[in-house]
Amino acid sequence: MASLKALKIRINSVKSTQKITKAMKMVAAAKLKRAQEAAEASRPYAERLEKVVSSIASKVTVGPQSPKLLAGTGKDDVHLFVVATSDKGLAGAFNTNIVRLARKRADELKGQGKTVKFYTIGKKAKDGLVRFYRNDIVESVEPGDLGKLGYDAVKGWSDDLIARFEGGEFDVAHLFFNKFVSVLTQEPTELQLMPVALSNDNAPAGASASVEYEPDEEELLADLLPRNVAVQLLRAQRENAASEQGSKMTAMDNATRNAGDMINKLTIQYNRSRQAAITTELIEIIAGAEAL
Amino acid sequence: MALNFELVTPERLVRSEEVYMVTVPGTEGDFGVLEGHSPMVSTLRAGEVAIYKTQGAAPETIALDGGVAEVNENGLTILAEKLG
Repeated sequence: MASLKALKIRINSVKSTQKITKAMKMVAAAKLKRAQEAAEASRPYAERLEKVVSSIASKVTVGPQSPKLLAGTGKDDVHLFVVATSDKGLAGAFNTNIVRLARKRADELKGQGKTVKFYTIGKKAKDGLVRFYRNDIVESVEPGDLGKLGYDAVKGWSDDLIARFEGGEFDVAHLFFNKFVSVLTQEPTELQLMPVALSNDNAPAGASASVEYEPDEEELLADLLPRNVAVQLLRAQRENAASEQGSKMTAMDNATRNAGDMINKLTIQYNRSRQAAITTELIEIIAGAEAL
Repeated sequence: MALNFELVTPERLVRSEEVYMVTVPGTEGDFGVLEGHSPMVSTLRAGEVAIYKTQGAAPETIALDGGVAEVNENGLTILAEKLG
């Protein structure tokens, strides 16, 4: 059995670990609120932009002259996976879930004879993928604190991605991120980034037949589609930021609770050892007294 | 006789209010939007949006760094990437 002193040290060390996890949980809770608000604030723009883009796109007939971002390259041989995670760990399964989904989809596509390349956003995405697909990672960027990420940074990545797309480096781009459902649930999600996938449901039919376009539809689309890509990326980052904090909060809450259980167990063990030691001492004293 | 005006950036909804008139810096020339303007979509150049709360009032200006303006039956929506 461990000595009393060793037990005491153990208990103290678990106690300080518990203090740290508790503080981290509280920090995550505060950041979560802000991240959630940011995610909600970025929604109106994305929704309205999508509405405008799909209403214009519904009027343009897709042909060889239309922008590549809408029509695609006409092939789907090379797929680019944009995998977005955070830079930091200690957030439960947050990063692993994204990477796992990306790997599963990559293996499926490779099984069909397609080429898959990776563009990683966040250290953890790179760490998770580099072991399996060392030569397929074309670029890795590090976003830093997801909560502080602005539109400018995201625009830079999306410009880079679009340039690669126009240059024919890949045919289809998929985006992987964690969708924020609730504090307890985050859903790893895949989204087609390029060519732009449009839902035709919210394109108003007939009502806007007399809409004036300035400049004409083609030029407008050429301007709007890259914006749409950037906004999708930004939205993914915002969802990721909220998911990361939610996941971290849950993980740290669990850690705090586990530490509590461990302290209880160790304290009981400590008290038992102490009692045993006292009993032994008493027996020794009584035995000594009787011997006289 | 009010125009429903919304100014949205990727970060947040900046404005959502009823105004009298807004002048917008379109790529092919500035244009003013009053209530009942015919539907249109236009890209914007970097410039200033002038918001007139009431007729004849001094305009409030907001600088933009490009974007898109959409006018439909619900009013005017400006999607700006960032405010200049």
